[in-house]
Amino acid sequence: MVFSTSATAAPRRRWRWASLVLIVALLSACVGQSPTASTQQAHILSVGATLEPPTMNPSASPAASIPQVLLYNVYETLVKMDPTGTLKPLLAQEWDVSSDRTVYTFQLNPAARFASGSPVNAQAVVTSFNRIKTESTIQAPLVEQMAVVKSTEAVDDHTVKVTLSRPSNLWLFDMSSTAGIIYDPNALATLDTTPSGSGPFVLKQWNKGQSVVLASSGSYWGTAPRLDSVTFRYFTDPNAMNAAMLAGDLDVISNLQNPDAIDQFSDTGRFTVTQGTTTGEVVMALNNSRARLKDVRVRQAISMAIDKKALLDTVWNGKGTLVGSMAVPTDPWYEDLTSIDAYNPEKAKELLADAKASDLALKLRVPTIAYATKSAQFVESALRQVGIKVTVEELDFATWLKDVHNGGNYDLSIVAHVEARDLRRFTDPDYYFHYDNTQYNKEFQAADEAPADELVPLMSKSVRTLAEQAAAVWLFALPNLVITTANVTGVPQNAATLSFDLTTIATR
Amino acid sequence: MRILAFLGRRLGIFALSLLGASLLVFAVCAALPGEVAAIILGEGATPDQIAKLTAQLGLDRPWPVRYAEWVGGMLRGDFGTSYFTGQNVLQLMAPRIAVTLWLVFFALVLSVLVAVPVGMLAAMKRRSWIGFVASAAAQLGMAIPAFWAAIALVLVFAVWLHQLPANGYVPLTTDPASWAAHLVLPVISLAIVQASVLVRYVRSAFIEVLSEDYYRTARAVGWRPFPALLRHGLRNAALSLVTVIGLQLASVLVGAIVIESVFALPGLGSQLLDAVSQRDLSIVQGVVMFLAAAVLLINFLVDLSYAWIDPRLRTGDER
Repeated sequence: MVFSTSATAAPRRRWRWASLVLIVALLSACVGQSPTASTQQAHILSVGATLEPPTMNPSASPAASIPQVLLYNVYETLVKMDPTGTLKPLLAQEWDVSSDRTVYTFQLNPAARFASGSPVNAQAVVTSFNRIKTESTIQAPLVEQMAVVKSTEAVDDHTVKVTLSRPSNLWLFDMSSTAGIIYDPNALATLDTTPSGSGPFVLKQWNKGQSVVLASSGSYWGTAPRLDSVTFRYFTDPNAMNAAMLAGDLDVISNLQNPDAIDQFSDTGRFTVTQGTTTGEVVMALNNSRARLKDVRVRQAISMAIDKKALLDTVWNGKGTLVGSMAVPTDPWYEDLTSIDAYNPEKAKELLADAKASDLALKLRVPTIAYATKSAQFVESALRQVGIKVTVEELDFATWLKDVHNGGNYDLSIVAHVEARDLRRFTDPDYYFHYDNTQYNKEFQAADEAPADELVPLMSKSVRTLAEQAAAVWLFALPNLVITTANVTGVPQNAATLSFDLTTIATR
Repeated sequence: MRILAFLGRRLGIFALSLLGASLLVFAVCAALPGEVAAIILGEGATPDQIAKLTAQLGLDRPWPVRYAEWVGGMLRGDFGTSYFTGQNVLQLMAPRIAVTLWLVFFALVLSVLVAVPVGMLAAMKRRSWIGFVASAAAQLGMAIPAFWAAIALVLVFAVWLHQLPANGYVPLTTDPASWAAHLVLPVISLAIVQASVLVRYVRSAFIEVLSEDYYRTARAVGWRPFPALLRHGLRNAALSLVTVIGLQLASVLVGAIVIESVFALPGLGSQLLDAVSQRDLSIVQGVVMFLAAAVLLINFLVDLSYAWIDPRLRTGDER
């Protein structure tokens, strides 16, 4: 190749050009960006949450992320659970119970309307309840909760009569959760993507993989919400959620997923930290169908070998409540049962020796969820101290669900049971606890069917029986750790339901 | 004619690879433990309910039928529907593809823009402290995990300086300035490792050029070192660099999955992770197939680009 020497000037100029372009490009990348948009404008709220709803249809999936966004905000129920665990009127103004406690008559609020404008009438209730019993793709827990319903009838436009096959106190409680949602009968075909309820908010936009935006419906039949628009943003990485909060991109962390990081929010001028309780018990399930674990002494020994206070400190930074059985502080029948099978490794060894189970070797299979894997390590070492050999195995959640939860292939497992009042699980010998205790079943049924004033003492008794029989090991109840910016008010201390209830929240 | 035969052969290989990838993707998904019906129905579902829903979703049919249906659908542009919401998979993927595409594209462009000059500098000044610093910086960049760099960048620019959003995404059409602001940190985090890897290749490619006759000739007729290297060395070095960049694409895509999670970006990576954990296999298959096709396509284009970069390949024997 031949070229003249005079060409030297040209490439040099070109190079200068290229470097100029490069520098401008880099500078514009660093400087030319507008600063973060302020989320502090009045009445707009940005809420950080962990799991995105897999669908917008609460009846199609038991994922707790669905009621978190939709319950009480977009969808309403006949009765509502307040943060103290008491039932309050919502769509039903009042209700009567027949003397044999099997017939409930609800008087609907005549003002109640769906966001579409059509009235919430008795027929809507009948349709909503009946579809749980007739459709095939309804999530299992709802089918279970509605199994006790014999029939639902519209007496007149605003009166509904629900007949149960036997009395059930828990059924009315369940009516305050997903099972009791009243759907707009004209919108059932598109529930998966377009929720259609009677709540103060409507779904404005669902940005898959990122966020769900709710907006005030503008025509709410009750007290209008104090927020115009609420965005739930989803973070699989808890550190990313905390960073967004610290950077000022979020107004609320709906529930802090790494309590170790709580000190990041200690600046009270900027942040408010609300600490309370949830309905989620972290349960170490004992497979009661295993011969060795059928022996109550072995189960008690396992429970006694674990210092639950130390476990909570190690695993969840001491945040949470030690409960000792299948009840949480917002349950009316809750009492602190941690003294039963309290930490006592010497007694544990004696019990194991009595039961001739000193050579126990158990498989602890846990889903890969932070509290479960951390607890598993603690449990493994605690049980080793009393001579129980534990092999820990971590499974992804889908595999865990199939193999452990549905397949029953495990000795010990750890998972949070987040549903409220889920102690009925122990009455079902087919459930993965495989717990089968006639005395407990009778006590539970008596409490469920009791007259209202006897419910609490009877339910307390059955909760105590579970603890005394060490049907499982209750490690702790998950805390409700809500972080808000200082100008957000009205966040309830406790989460008595799965809903992140926006109706009381306001921004200054 | 030769170029047509070359093209034809490459296309054939491309199609065969796609077929192989589809078989592999389907087999792996079929082998995943866990059932979507059990996850949809949740705790307490009876085996009977699970079996009923499985049948309703069409998942009880033999695998050759399901495979043929899936591949047949894709050939018609139909990737199936989500088991969870019944939504069209391709429509669910489309906005995700845009996010990942921007992320990967800018990360590659940035790493090339940084790596080529730095690598050239490292080659030319390899015996002085400048070259040493450039090489050391590249070593360091390779050693830093992308997620760590991401966390550090977020801490500095979002949490301390409040200059950039910590994470999240805004579509280009909604707000271009905000879109760019949301992409800066993820792109830089992803580009650091890629640029560092590339610097080493650029450096060695240009060291080779420095010893070539044509470079010495250019210098002899009065070109200064840097322009001579640019004008005469770049095209020669480009051949191996394009190959490396093509290969890097796969690792950029893998890196993007991690970065998307750290920055809460709604891209293909986070969609894949969600779908795997929910066993929404029609989405898993769709996304993996798309990624595989993208990598194969890029490699196909890289093959074609050889002919464009190197005139000798156009006229002489193709290898």
